[in-house]
Amino acid sequence: MSQTPYSIVKKARDNTRPTGLDYIHNLFQGFVELHGDRRFGDDAAIVGGIARLEGLPVTVIAIEKGRTAKERSFRNFGAPNPEGYRKALRLMKQAEKFGRPVICFIDTSGACCGVEAEERGQGLAIAENLMEMTTLCVPVISVLIGEGGSGGALALGVADRVWMLENAVYSVISPEGCASILWKDAAKAETAAASLKLTAQDAKDLGVIDEILSEENLGKQPFYQGLRSRLSRTLTELAGDEDLVGSRYARFRRMGAQFLQG
Amino acid sequence: MAFINFIKPKNQLEEGGRTAAPVQEDAGEPEKTCPNCRKAIPLSRLWANHLVCPCGCHFRMNARQRLAMVTDPGSFRELYADLTAGNPLDFPGYGEKLATVRNASGEKEGVICGTAAIDGQKCCLFVMDPYFMMGSMGSVVGEKITRLFEYAVERRLSVVGFTVSGGARMQEGLVSLMQMAKTSAAVKRHSDAGLLYVAVLTDPTTGGVTASFAMEADILLAEPGATIGFAGARVIEQTTRKSLPKGFQTAESVLQHGFLDSIVPRSGQKQMLSELLRLHNGGV
Ligand SMILES: [Zn+2]
Repeated sequence: MSQTPYSIVKKARDNTRPTGLDYIHNLFQGFVELHGDRRFGDDAAIVGGIARLEGLPVTVIAIEKGRTAKERSFRNFGAPNPEGYRKALRLMKQAEKFGRPVICFIDTSGACCGVEAEERGQGLAIAENLMEMTTLCVPVISVLIGEGGSGGALALGVADRVWMLENAVYSVISPEGCASILWKDAAKAETAAASLKLTAQDAKDLGVIDEILSEENLGKQPFYQGLRSRLSRTLTELAGDEDLVGSRYARFRRMGAQFLQG
Repeated sequence: MAFINFIKPKNQLEEGGRTAAPVQEDAGEPEKTCPNCRKAIPLSRLWANHLVCPCGCHFRMNARQRLAMVTDPGSFRELYADLTAGNPLDFPGYGEKLATVRNASGEKEGVICGTAAIDGQKCCLFVMDPYFMMGSMGSVVGEKITRLFEYAVERRLSVVGFTVSGGARMQEGLVSLMQMAKTSAAVKRHSDAGLLYVAVLTDPTTGGVTASFAMEADILLAEPGATIGFAGARVIEQTTRKSLPKGFQTAESVLQHGFLDSIVPRSGQKQMLSELLRLHNGGV
């Protein structure tokens, strides 16, 4: 394998990859989109609604980057605002009420970075999602399909199972941001990408994700077919967990514990 | 008593730096120029006034000083004091950085946890330290906060927390990111148990700490002038290429936007905290 971590970062960002909406339309039937956070507005960077997975009603939430220049600008390049996270939380609570599993697709360089996002409580919006997701009484599966940028990605990632595509990345900071903070040189992104351990294999080794999904036939029907049956199988398995919330707590409770001393 | 005499802080009133610097010994009495009123204030006078300038500007304060300020003398019992970080990613230079910061700050990590009494009100307490890698959250900070909330659930105690943080600890990468979820889970359990959590956000509280346990309190207090936000102001300016509104991300503006309960200067914090604890403790 001659891929460097930074070349994987570039692949994860490639705008020819399937986006959130591609997953929604290819994996599920009869998607009904539900808009708005009932508080402020509707954030186009997060798409959510109800659909069927092999007949089973599920709540689906995806960060959508858009593909064409026009779409990307409409979707704010997949950088959600607080109202996006609040819409996601509203739909998760709705899913809980009606006993529907939740499936999230994550693809963002990070939460929207702007004056208005701050003034509407970006930090609180993410914090509330993290907090509420830890005790959601229905199964949650999150799939990182491209970029998993920091808290803005984690806000949809507190799940019972977290999967990553083989060329997706998951990181606390972009390699460019890390390089400019630590070495005052964004050009050292290559080094930073390697140091940050942000590839799917790294995330698996660190115990952060459960499975790496092969990108063979990415975007083609066999790929979606495989993912669809994996999702169904896993939901059946999770439905058998008598203490789903307790297991989810334990899953996140052990994060980092293996590295502690003293 | 009108004021508390502080023990001389372990490190100077250093601004913005990530690594604590040793005190500069001078012939005359050392002074510090206030970034707000521009006056030179003798350090002894600052220490005698909770490190608050006569103009009201709150200087940065280390965790031990805060402990002395808000807890009843002799009541603090530290927990998990020996927990230290490994280098989960083998991140270049992180081990050396930790060693330097430990040496300079005299602390093992960026947060101090324990039980204490505030005006006779028993509680669990955490205080983050700006002089330990700017209070950044890595595996140790996440673990200590989590354990403290779990301990508070077992003993049915309120939690009082002072936050100061530049955000996630980059050198711990994903492990650091996951601490946001881990601490949030513990806060939620504490909350679901019907217990009180009061946070005091101090300068600066940003990034992954804002987007997790800092903002998850039942009651959110802040120090005057504290910077509170998710994304850093400089990053926002660079990304949006727009100049920032006046007072952006200050506690005062965050309050105005509806995200804080109250701004409390240091001189009133102990009384406010003890009263809040009392109110949730049957009023006695
Ligand atoms: Zn002043």
